[in-house]
Amino acid sequence: MIDWLIKILMLASAAFMLLAAVGIVRLPDLLTRMHATTKAGALGVALMMLAVALHFADSVVSAKTLAVILFIFITAPIAAHVIGRAGYFTGLPLCEQTIKDELVDCYDEKSHRLLSGLETEEELEAYRQNLDMKPRIRTKAQRLE
Amino acid sequence: MIAFMWNLLLALIWVVLTGDLSGINLFAGLVLGYLVLGLMQRQVPILRGYTSRLPRLIRFFFFFIKELVMANLKVAFDIVTPIWHMQPGVIALPLEARTEMEITMVANLISLTPGTLSLDVSDDRRVLFIHAMFLDDEEALRASLKEMERRVLEILR
Repeated sequence: MIDWLIKILMLASAAFMLLAAVGIVRLPDLLTRMHATTKAGALGVALMMLAVALHFADSVVSAKTLAVILFIFITAPIAAHVIGRAGYFTGLPLCEQTIKDELVDCYDEKSHRLLSGLETEEELEAYRQNLDMKPRIRTKAQRLE
Repeated sequence: MIAFMWNLLLALIWVVLTGDLSGINLFAGLVLGYLVLGLMQRQVPILRGYTSRLPRLIRFFFFFIKELVMANLKVAFDIVTPIWHMQPGVIALPLEARTEMEITMVANLISLTPGTLSLDVSDDRRVLFIHAMFLDDEEALRASLKEMERRVLEILR
C-alpha cells in the first residue's frame, strides 16, 4: 500500500520536473518560462521529498525533508521574481501573445519612478522636484532602437 | 510573533522542569504553552488573537496546496498541448498590505502559485505589478489574488 503511494509520488514528481524542462524549450519568452520552471520544479522537489519521508519513516529524515521543502519554497519564488524583473527591466521583448502591459504605462520617464496611479498631487509634485533617480526600465521606444 | 516567542519559552520551561529532552515532550510543552496563552490572551493586549491564528494557518495551508496543484496542472496542460491557450500580460494589483513584511509575504506567495509572477511594487508601495499567464478571465484572476492576500493578512495581523 505505502509502496504504491511512494511510487505514485515519485512518478508525479518526475513528471512535473519533465514538464518544467519541456516548458523551457517550448514557451515563447522569459517571463512565461519562469512560470514553468520554478513552480513545477518546486512542486516536483516537494513531492519527491514527501516520498523520501514516507519511504524511510524516520523522524530525523522527516525533519530534514521538511526543511528541504521549506527552503525550496522560500527561495524559488525569490529567484523567479529577481530573474523575471531583471529580464523585464532590461527590455527583453514580450511574446506576441501578450495582451496587456500595465507596468510600462505606469513608468514615468521623466522622474524614473513607478507610479501607482493612486498618488496625491503633492506626492507627484515631490517626484517632479526630485529628478536624480537613475533610469530603470528600457521602454518600448528604446527597445525598438 | 512575540506571542509565539512566549509559546516557545513556555515549552522550553516545560522541558527543563520535566527533565525530558525528547521531541515528543517538547511538542507537549508547545501544546501546553498554547493552551496557557489561550487562557491569558483576554487580559494581555500583546497576545490578543494569538490562538485563533493556528486554525487560520492550517486552513491557509490546505487552501494554498489546493491552489498550487490546480494552477500547476493548468500550466502543465498548456505546456503539453500544441496550441497556446495562454494570454500572458502584466497587471497592476492594488495592495492592502502596508508594511514591508506583509508585502514580501504576499508577493512571494503570489510568485509561488503557478500562472502568476510578481514583478515589482510601485514606488509608494500601493500597487503590485504581476505577470499573469492566463488573462482570459481577468476579473476572476484578480478576485482569486485578492482572496489569497486577504488570507495572508489574516494570519500576519
